[in-house]
Amino acid sequence: MKKAYVYKAFERFWHWMQAILILFLAFTGFEIHGSVSFFGFKNAVKYHNIAAVLFLILIVFAIFWHFTTGEWKQYIPTYKNIKAQANYYVFGIFRNEPHPTKKTVLSKLNPLQKLVYFGLKVLVIPVMVLSGLLYMFYRYPQANGVEGLNIGSVKVIALLHTAGAFLLVAFIIAHLYLITTGTTITSNLKAMLTGYEDLEEDEPKSEPEKKGSEKEMAEEVSNNEF
Amino acid sequence: MKRIILVLSVTGILFALVLSTVLKKSQEPDKLTTLKEKYSVKHTSSVDHSKFAVLQQKFSSPQKVTEACISCHNQRHTEIMHSNHWNWEREEYVQGRGIVYIGKKNAINNFCIGVQGNEESCAKCHIGFGLKEDHMNFSAAQNIDCLICHDNTETYAKAPEKGGAPDPSLNLNNIAQHVGQPKRSNCGVCHFYGGGGNNVKHGDLEKAMFDPTKEIDVHMASDGANLQCVDCHKTEKHNISGKLYSLSSMNHNRVTCEQCHSDAPHSSSILNEHTYKVACQTCHISTYAKANSTKISWDWSTAGKLKNGEPYTEEDNLGNHTYMSIKGSFKWANNIKPEYAWFNGNASHYLLGDVVNDTTKPLALNTLYGSYNDPEAKIIPVKIHRARQPFDPVNKMLVQPKLFAENKGEGAFWKDFDWLKASEVGMKDVNLPFSGKLSFIRTEMYWPVNHMVATKENTVKCGECHTRENSRLAALNDFYMPGRDYSAAIEILGIILIWATLLGVIIHGSLRIYGSYKLKKGGVK
Repeated sequence: MKKAYVYKAFERFWHWMQAILILFLAFTGFEIHGSVSFFGFKNAVKYHNIAAVLFLILIVFAIFWHFTTGEWKQYIPTYKNIKAQANYYVFGIFRNEPHPTKKTVLSKLNPLQKLVYFGLKVLVIPVMVLSGLLYMFYRYPQANGVEGLNIGSVKVIALLHTAGAFLLVAFIIAHLYLITTGTTITSNLKAMLTGYEDLEEDEPKSEPEKKGSEKEMAEEVSNNEF
Repeated sequence: MKRIILVLSVTGILFALVLSTVLKKSQEPDKLTTLKEKYSVKHTSSVDHSKFAVLQQKFSSPQKVTEACISCHNQRHTEIMHSNHWNWEREEYVQGRGIVYIGKKNAINNFCIGVQGNEESCAKCHIGFGLKEDHMNFSAAQNIDCLICHDNTETYAKAPEKGGAPDPSLNLNNIAQHVGQPKRSNCGVCHFYGGGGNNVKHGDLEKAMFDPTKEIDVHMASDGANLQCVDCHKTEKHNISGKLYSLSSMNHNRVTCEQCHSDAPHSSSILNEHTYKVACQTCHISTYAKANSTKISWDWSTAGKLKNGEPYTEEDNLGNHTYMSIKGSFKWANNIKPEYAWFNGNASHYLLGDVVNDTTKPLALNTLYGSYNDPEAKIIPVKIHRARQPFDPVNKMLVQPKLFAENKGEGAFWKDFDWLKASEVGMKDVNLPFSGKLSFIRTEMYWPVNHMVATKENTVKCGECHTRENSRLAALNDFYMPGRDYSAAIEILGIILIWATLLGVIIHGSLRIYGSYKLKKGGVK
């Protein structure tokens, strides 16, 4: 086993900001939806809209980061090993069998993760962002006299947005559980907090090896980040 | 490390900028302040009427006052005689009916039903003199009652049941010398008492509006802007803007909040967007009948009960009549949350002689048009007055009974308490058939609520409509409203998905724990 720098500073920042924002958006969103009651409808709308704007900014930064670093390739779905991975979750995991997919810095995700995250990135998040923007602004074309873009009712927009919200909440529940299926129960969580994770050794070298304190390493790596 | 700090601080600044934009308060000059400044300058009369020689005479009749007025204002009477205050009717285009003259002569309400046959009593609210049963000289200018609107002494009053003539004991000389723009007291003396008592009809116009507090009406508050009726009901050549859809039908000559406040008065764009579909009144009039009760239902079918051969009345603990032998049973309420309706500015009316085929549901005497899909329509607050009123089941039309008469034996219900006789005489007066059979049907009248605007703090809160339980707009369900509505299918699927995920996680987790326990115990590994 070897300590590797798996999650870079921006990636971790992005991940945790996204986690906070999605949880907050889900909570305020379901208050707007009428399922829970905490801030009051008016404040829930206000906070939801602020969080939405922050989330949009984060997404812009994240897209930029993914394309400039080439990290987006991590999310290309693959059939390779997909059955083995599914078998692992259904059977192997209970017999303490090894993970069928080796985690490396260049391939952090197993095929099921690739599939799910790919789905989130190209389907669920875009649907949420688009329906959310329409929810906020659907009357603006009409307000400015552009009748051609008139949307008569918020109904379809709202229902899409709600359906997406249910999917995201289900994802979060599954995600929170599945992060305990790493090498140890907390190894994935620690990795996402610190950036470092013990990975199996027979992987191609991808990160500059440096001895010394974590601080130095972080600084060194951060120079290669952007 | 420097890089990280740089990146974090740039991101931080960007986030702070966004937050400050989102939370920014409007910096535009405050429209409300401009309005307050404008209306703090009160109207002052350009002439002193007490100096005019023609007003020094001892007036022998109210008509002589009118002649004196016309001697100077020598065209104003023609304006009056074209007004609906004089004619008690308007030329209106009504959907499905074409152009009709609608007014007290042919409309029916579900309070005292109509003026026909009861003119002498009702004339105390006509701006003329000499209104007699089925007779009124509408072309005699001296019959115009100038003082009922222009008296500024607050002493002028019409005598009851004298065809519109004032109380003979009044000092007309003094009153004529103190005339001016109509005040709340001039309009209120009729409009606050419609239906024969304070606040019976409107619910949002009542005697408390003579001198209201800010809590009752933020515009007319004596301790606030102290607006008079005519400040909003702008008047040109005696054509007073604004009218109520109890009688009106067309979307014109209306008074709107927007004429002062614009259609985007909020700093929040979300609230401004609401104005596409929601009238200002809907949020800004949270309750009406704030000071005194208003009548919300009237059951004519119980009228006519006598005690020892005499009519009687019953009252509730607030002094509101709950039963009158001459009128039937009433329900009253105060501090009422309005009901709500879509309204595009057009209405239609039940007119005398209209045939009613469906009596299974309440008959709307004034139908307000509009729906969510109607781009002209907005949600407005309404008082719905519900009644049971006399109906001829054979001819299928509402009955206009004869109610008032000086003497017994003329068929008036209020003297003789005979429904059939009163119906026969009443319908004959309006030249309509009466079969001799009488029943009572449920009717509804829609009274848009426009006054008693609340202070900012007391407006309707977002959550009072955007809620699943007891939404103020629960009855308007032709559109999707966030917070109130949802798709049952998405809701059920979504909840199943979440529970299934949770359950899956729990089962999977338990099996893992069990598995590792077994492996440890078995010593495998």
